[in-house]
Amino acid sequence: MKTYHEIAGDGGSDIAGQVAAREARLRARMGSIAHSLAIVSGKGGVGKSAVTANLAVALAMLGHRVGVLDADLNGPCMARMLGVQGETLQLGANGVEPALGPVGVKLASMDLLLPHTAAPVQWRAPAPGHSHAWHGAIETAALGEFLADTAWAELDFLLVDLAPGPERLAGLHGILPRCDGLIAVTIPSQVAQLTVQRSITLARRLNARLLGVVENMSTYLCPHCGAVQRLFPAETEFQRAVLGVPVLASIPFDPQLARCCDQGVPMVLAHQAAPAARAFMELAEQVGARCSAREECP
Amino acid sequence: MKFLCVACDEAMKFVDTGATTPGDVLAAVFRCPRCGTRTALLANPWETQLVRSLGVSLGGRAAPHEPLELMRERLVEARLLWTEEAERRLERVPEFVRPMVRDSVERHARERGCREVTCEVMDEVRSNMGM
Repeated sequence: MKTYHEIAGDGGSDIAGQVAAREARLRARMGSIAHSLAIVSGKGGVGKSAVTANLAVALAMLGHRVGVLDADLNGPCMARMLGVQGETLQLGANGVEPALGPVGVKLASMDLLLPHTAAPVQWRAPAPGHSHAWHGAIETAALGEFLADTAWAELDFLLVDLAPGPERLAGLHGILPRCDGLIAVTIPSQVAQLTVQRSITLARRLNARLLGVVENMSTYLCPHCGAVQRLFPAETEFQRAVLGVPVLASIPFDPQLARCCDQGVPMVLAHQAAPAARAFMELAEQVGARCSAREECP
Repeated sequence: MKFLCVACDEAMKFVDTGATTPGDVLAAVFRCPRCGTRTALLANPWETQLVRSLGVSLGGRAAPHEPLELMRERLVEARLLWTEEAERRLERVPEFVRPMVRDSVERHARERGCREVTCEVMDEVRSNMGM
């Protein structure tokens, strides 16, 4: 009796061909993107999306062409943070046109596909009660669609803002033809750093290039006396050593950052003199320099 | 997945997706090119959903790929996409009635089973309104 490998084709569906065509579309789209960077965190609530939005705008302010894929499909917030919530994705000749945020930052997000702000991401399914069997597959396919079908055009940087958790990185790694770097966002609490370590370990196992860590909420400026205070116990140096990756930037806590996110005006643009805004600009310079350094490597 | 006619030791060929059964589960009929024996694959709801989640079609693609087609097909709630031309035309409508016009055009498009809003859909709505 013939074995699986002795039979050519699959009888007419050409599933392998369909998958290959999809991968080819994705490769073609990514071909016009110089650097695709994944932004990850170990857990939620560390400010990853706020960092992504501000980094994107900061890179654009430095003259780069920037796109953001909001890969947090179930909790998309990038449209709000970049001030384009309520806008729609449009069908153009070359795919779906992304929304245009501040300084020309392009955005694709599930938020722009849902009919209203209270609409959850819910999939039609003949077995909705057993979503564990297929949920990961459809989310990965949806991410692939956003990447391949959005008319990004020429970009210097595409930032992929992943949902919290190391498993998201593995999913992205499975569909992206290449990921040029990874930025891990954490806060200086031991709990947060414990969880981000898992993402870093996974990144190493996947041979992903770690650009470094962004330490969010590192300090805060006392509004009364002007003193710089720590928000978390001062074990940061030790924790950095544990993480074993360079710290790209330390972003001080600033209540204005949350307000700016709510208002859809990135802080790096609205309050350029604030220490947090300056830290975002330094982060963008670091990211630009590290990506350029890689280009120069033989 | 491949189907083999054991009697003939011959790979079977896809014929059609059979009748859709209640619950919208996947079915596929294969035929042995040598002896003509037919066999049907009947997937359970989980298997059906898994195949659909992968964004592939049994029997091959019937139509060219459309942007974001998996999400537009499988999301319970999703906006209809507008072409750039249609959106530009909508922008010419006075702002205070624009949301109402958008809603009525989208309602019409959904009723007609349109996958996107084009200028043709807008023309249909306009002629239905006697404008």
